Amino acid sequence: MPKNIYEKIWSAHLVCEPNDQDPILYIDRHYVHEVTSPQAFEGLRLSGRKVRRPDLTFATIDHNIPTVNRDKPISDPLSVLQIETLKKNCEEFGIQYFDMNDPKNGIVHVIGPELGLTQPGMTIVCGDSHTSTHGALGALAFGIGTSEVEHVLATQTLLQRKSKTMEIRIEDKPTPGITAKDIILYIIGKIGTGGGTGYVVEYTGDAVKNLSVEGRMTLCNMTIEAGARAGLISPDEKTVKYLLGRPYIPKNIQEEELIQLWLSWASEPGCLYDRTITINAEEVEPQVTWGTSPEMVAPITGKVPVLNEISDTTRRNAVKKALDYMGLNEGMPIESIEVDKIFIGSCTNGRLEDLREAAMVVKGYKVNNRIKQALVVPGSMLVKKQAEQEGLHKIFIESGFEWREPGCSMCLAMNDDRLNPGERCASTSNRNFEGRQGKGGRTHLVSPAMAAACAITGHFTDIRKWKFNK
Amino acid sequence: MEKFNILKGIVAPLDARNVDTDQIIPKQFMKRIQKTGYGDVLFYDWRYISDDKTPNPKFEMNASRYKGATILLTRDNFGCGSSREHAPWALKDYGFCCILAVSYADIFYNNCFNNGILPVTLTHEIIDQLFKEVRATENYMLEVNLENQTITKPNNEIIKFDIHSFLKERLLNGWDQIGLTLRYAEMIDKFEKNHPLKL
Repeated sequence: MPKNIYEKIWSAHLVCEPNDQDPILYIDRHYVHEVTSPQAFEGLRLSGRKVRRPDLTFATIDHNIPTVNRDKPISDPLSVLQIETLKKNCEEFGIQYFDMNDPKNGIVHVIGPELGLTQPGMTIVCGDSHTSTHGALGALAFGIGTSEVEHVLATQTLLQRKSKTMEIRIEDKPTPGITAKDIILYIIGKIGTGGGTGYVVEYTGDAVKNLSVEGRMTLCNMTIEAGARAGLISPDEKTVKYLLGRPYIPKNIQEEELIQLWLSWASEPGCLYDRTITINAEEVEPQVTWGTSPEMVAPITGKVPVLNEISDTTRRNAVKKALDYMGLNEGMPIESIEVDKIFIGSCTNGRLEDLREAAMVVKGYKVNNRIKQALVVPGSMLVKKQAEQEGLHKIFIESGFEWREPGCSMCLAMNDDRLNPGERCASTSNRNFEGRQGKGGRTHLVSPAMAAACAITGHFTDIRKWKFNK
Repeated sequence: MEKFNILKGIVAPLDARNVDTDQIIPKQFMKRIQKTGYGDVLFYDWRYISDDKTPNPKFEMNASRYKGATILLTRDNFGCGSSREHAPWALKDYGFCCILAVSYADIFYNNCFNNGILPVTLTHEIIDQLFKEVRATENYMLEVNLENQTITKPNNEIIKFDIHSFLKERLLNGWDQIGLTLRYAEMIDKFEKNHPLKL
């Protein structure tokens, strides 16, 4: 029977199925960052265990690091401690570590693919929910907790129950101006934040084939926001083209053989899934979240919900609570919502293509007077370097944006980049939870193009009508 | 890890869907490098009205009748968002050893079992009914029996629940997962030798 990509990767990584515990799955790549790893390393030390495969383990710092004044010491002693702890742990256990100013440093989910560490057919884990990003290259990748981080460090395996599979087929072509971010927000709006729970999702269909590898990463990245274990896209010629020549691809194998190996992981025609959902890409308009969960989303032409139009009590209460927190009125047009800050970056939308899209929009325009701060935070040192080679930084700076050093930054506000209470942000990140970007901050999730347009107009704007300057 | 078998305790209500781990424990408390000491900052932004930890009177769980609660009652998709294990650490440190909800986010669910917390899945109807009873009766207690997979109400009515047998065994025995997996070290060695990917 034809197999889908998840079934193939699963069976190729199954070490054994003990009769008294969950199946043991081999892990090919373990990415580590400063926030979710210290207790795992401490656990190893307490039990006298070693890291089984330090050569398959790669560490970076991204969550805590400042995006300005890199030449000065970090002011927050707790951040310093966490960063120093990771560095020491990597030295002690022999793990490759990308320090803050290393040219290979960046957000863990940006550098994995760009260094070629992430490859088709691999199993990849990290103590970070957005590990699903790596599924864009045909790897089975998902986030784990710190106890599981310790388990992988000690055994290079993980206990897993097999997930059900869901095909999300995205048919037809999106209209110009519609990005992968709009598509994934639209999907989450349809199936809900719990819609993917218990499933691994594979994205298929013409719209997915036509997406760039970077756009595919945005799609897989936010799959976790629909509750799925992982998002996957079968490797194709685009995947191969993206990966060849990257620093960490295997050198002990002929290129032709490697390409055949990579492509062999793709789902086979006629394979089955436990569930299939079909989306028509033509229906997707630019999306903006209005609430405190990614499923609370509307098209730019839409309105904030009206409470008495919601029949389910629990849902109505949740919407009321969200609107109170967000400081929005029922029924107000999305386009009329004015913002205070702009954040372009994160593992969702901090790659070169995202910065290009945003730069095209702002070129020749000035940031609106009502905007208190407009940040561009590249996803990695390499993204920053490439963007600067293309002159994108100049476009942003001339327009009135701040051009920062790479890191997770205002996506989760563990460093000094954050919203103040009541401030409203058009953000290219992945979560609009209460307080996510700073206590009392109000987050609206949008595409890089929409965030850029917001910076210019001061409110949400239909990017399909934008007048681009040459 | 601590074993879990029978728990009798006060039930505290958290009447919300999609409670994310950012709400369970905000990021400013994730800079610590220990596993303990997070109970005080559980539900921080909802629980306190200011940074001097003045309790928010509108946060239902703050009511004195829920003091010492060990069972958390909530709704759908509890623990969504970030994979942070700080969330179960904070729940456990506060005193919660059992959660009753309609559904859980995947990563959070797994994290619970690595910290001796039992996440029980119940239907919408049962959860609705429990919310009513918890609010109607002061000092409302439930007895959760993992071995028998039952919850006993104060009126002796019994609710049955399902749980995967491996997960149940883990909690009942308080097993160290790494120790268990290392029993299969030879299989891992063998797997590595024949791995189809050239790592």
